Amino acid sequence: MSRFKDAGHLFRFAFLFVVAFAVFLVVRHFVVPRSFGEYGHYRGAAIGEIAAHPIHFAGHQACEACHADIADTKKAGKHATVNCEACHGPLANHAADPSIQPAKLDTAVLCIRCHAASAAKPKDFPQVDAEQHSSGVACETCHQPHSPAIQAGGAK
Amino acid sequence: MKIDRRHFLVMLPAAAIAWKYLLAGTPEASPNYTMTDHWWSMLIDIPKCIGCGNCVRACAVENDVPDGHFRTWVERYLVTDWHMENPEVVSPDGGKEGFSAAPAEENGKYFFVPKLCNHCADSPCTQVCPVGATFIAPDGVVLVDQTYCLGCAYCVQACPYGCRYIHPEKRVADKCTLCYHRITKGLKPACVENCPTGARQLVDLKDPYDPIHAFLKTHYVQVLKPQMATGAKVFYNEMDGSVR
Amino acid sequence: MSGVEGYMYPNEITLYWSVLIVLYPYITGLVAGAFILASLERIFNVEAVKPTYRLALLTALSFLIVAPLPLQLHLGHPERSPEMYFTPHATSAMAMFGFVYLWYLMAVLVFEIWLDYRKDIVLLSQSTTGLKRILYRIMTLGSSNISPRSLAIDRKVGWIVTLVGIPSAFILHGYVGFIFGSLKSNPWWDSPLMPVVFIFSAMVSGIAAVLLLYMLTAKLRNQPIDMPCVDTVAMYLFYIFILDFSLEMLDLIHRIYEADESFRSLNFMVHTKLYFSQIVLQLCIGTLVPILLLAIVQVTHLSATIRKRIYVLSGCLVQVGVFAMRWNVVIGGQLFSKSFLGYTTYKVGLVTREGLLVAIFLSILPLAILSGLLKLLPPWPKDEQNLVEAAATHTP
Repeated sequence: MSRFKDAGHLFRFAFLFVVAFAVFLVVRHFVVPRSFGEYGHYRGAAIGEIAAHPIHFAGHQACEACHADIADTKKAGKHATVNCEACHGPLANHAADPSIQPAKLDTAVLCIRCHAASAAKPKDFPQVDAEQHSSGVACETCHQPHSPAIQAGGAK
Repeated sequence: MKIDRRHFLVMLPAAAIAWKYLLAGTPEASPNYTMTDHWWSMLIDIPKCIGCGNCVRACAVENDVPDGHFRTWVERYLVTDWHMENPEVVSPDGGKEGFSAAPAEENGKYFFVPKLCNHCADSPCTQVCPVGATFIAPDGVVLVDQTYCLGCAYCVQACPYGCRYIHPEKRVADKCTLCYHRITKGLKPACVENCPTGARQLVDLKDPYDPIHAFLKTHYVQVLKPQMATGAKVFYNEMDGSVR
Repeated sequence: MSGVEGYMYPNEITLYWSVLIVLYPYITGLVAGAFILASLERIFNVEAVKPTYRLALLTALSFLIVAPLPLQLHLGHPERSPEMYFTPHATSAMAMFGFVYLWYLMAVLVFEIWLDYRKDIVLLSQSTTGLKRILYRIMTLGSSNISPRSLAIDRKVGWIVTLVGIPSAFILHGYVGFIFGSLKSNPWWDSPLMPVVFIFSAMVSGIAAVLLLYMLTAKLRNQPIDMPCVDTVAMYLFYIFILDFSLEMLDLIHRIYEADESFRSLNFMVHTKLYFSQIVLQLCIGTLVPILLLAIVQVTHLSATIRKRIYVLSGCLVQVGVFAMRWNVVIGGQLFSKSFLGYTTYKVGLVTREGLLVAIFLSILPLAILSGLLKLLPPWPKDEQNLVEAAATHTP
């Protein structure tokens, strides 16, 4: 019995540990997010939150819902794999509210982004030295962007 | 283009409804999206990449990527015949504004390599996260819970591919989500949607009708740094051995 | 981009682990080393080092209190750090930090110090007055039992705690090495030797630190330095240093001989960006010179004054060397590209959150805490004698 008494202070120290651990468990119960561990060691609700981020590029399906005629032209031509917003830019706001007008495009900048000649580009990809090729004449004078191959009689 | 008035009026409500529906969904709420039905990844067709930087710009717009940091970027390699182990690589501003014209090179070859998170199946970044703020979602996408991340940057150190960074304003880890907010609604990731040559393809390995299955049977495909054994899921078609 | 040579992946240009992360393994290393020195007396019955026992424990405690601060300050969201306790990720080496730290702080260090000082605390609570008295009262946890039997129990329990403490100290610091050594992404870090090298360099820096502090406090108190004590400490320092050096050389030789895919890139880095901190500071000034100095003491018969000077000099050089080693590991591991094609530069800010001033402040803070602890719990045996008398006169 007296051995216990002489070790009493150790129990006091141990008691502090037990109290601290109990407090930890209680706090833990309240602060861990509810959905934590739903699918794995993370907050399950985070998946939904990330999926709810705003969309900026509407996607070509949205464009084609209204602009079917242009989609058809494009599909028949060389730019079939080029989706609308690759040139026209992010237009989700236009898709949601068609009264918002997209900005006008500058072919002088746009065409060159892909078609400027460079030894680094794949050989079979059509590329031009803009100066030599058209000496300043705007691209769309000859090439219709939605179907760029030059047809008999030029553009349109 | 010309749409006649009647056509426009007919199409408008339909498009708006479709669009609203698209925006509303979250994976749990959307009846069309079941996480366990998908296993997302990507295919990069190197011979198709022209280094235009459209993917980098689109990604930055779609995901509000801060300047100087990249969820995706494009590298231009120049491998000369005696320097397989020392390729000359450039990526000015991540290739965001494309690349200046390269001079013709007699002794070597050029090619572009778009990079992004490999959404590894055994990802070292999720392994080291001390709190479970980054994880592999049930559909195979590696995501960051930015409301839970400490910003310790251990995951940045653990990624062998340099795909992560600490967002300078949010002060948390940030990376490619494979445009999770888009693919869960049936859209393509912004980089894929905006790639003019089809060099980037979204892949769903669990979809038996995905063209990837046929592609993998007929092409020679690699992943980056296979020696890392991270289960990288971004497949590169016709990738040169010098790429790292 | 400024400071970049060759090709870096664009996200690698910024370094995310700053000088504070250098400080963190350095400080925990001092803790582990000081504790190992204390355990020499306790477990291995090295009587000669007894004068440093309590000082070593208090040094370990004051550095351990500061150890998590650099980590906290470096976090993007320090307020979220409790998540490490609430939802620790089992596969993360870093997640274990909180638990190892708390275990080591409370169950090992504080407990051992409390057991060892309990008699003093009880006596002090009876001899002091005012606020101090209340403080000591709280520290007794309401038990003033200092019967020979209870003290005998304390000694026994203390011995067990020290026994548990040695592996705990190894774990505390070994896991810091594991944080780096377990990353396959980074060839500069990826090595199973990393935790071992960390532990041995920790022992070196910790023992040297206690040696310095012991000589400094003796000087400040105008007390003679116990030469057999410092000689013995220096001897242990020398032998452990030899082990540490051998391990580091093993790692180096292995890397050079194996010369894997990363070798050319890392080799270039060591010869350029890391030349000063790795070759000059860590290897020459911080390792070879102090080993040589300590070896000279071992094989010759020098006068006490010269020996003391050698100990002070080599103790200081050891600190420089071990700090440089932490720097080279942490910063060096981020200077090269994981593509092995380029290098970036680390610029230390001065007054930023992770800047130099904060680092200096965090290096001085443990010493301030230590001086407080030395006042609160004087480790000097002589005072103990006075205490008993003082307590005897005070108790009615």
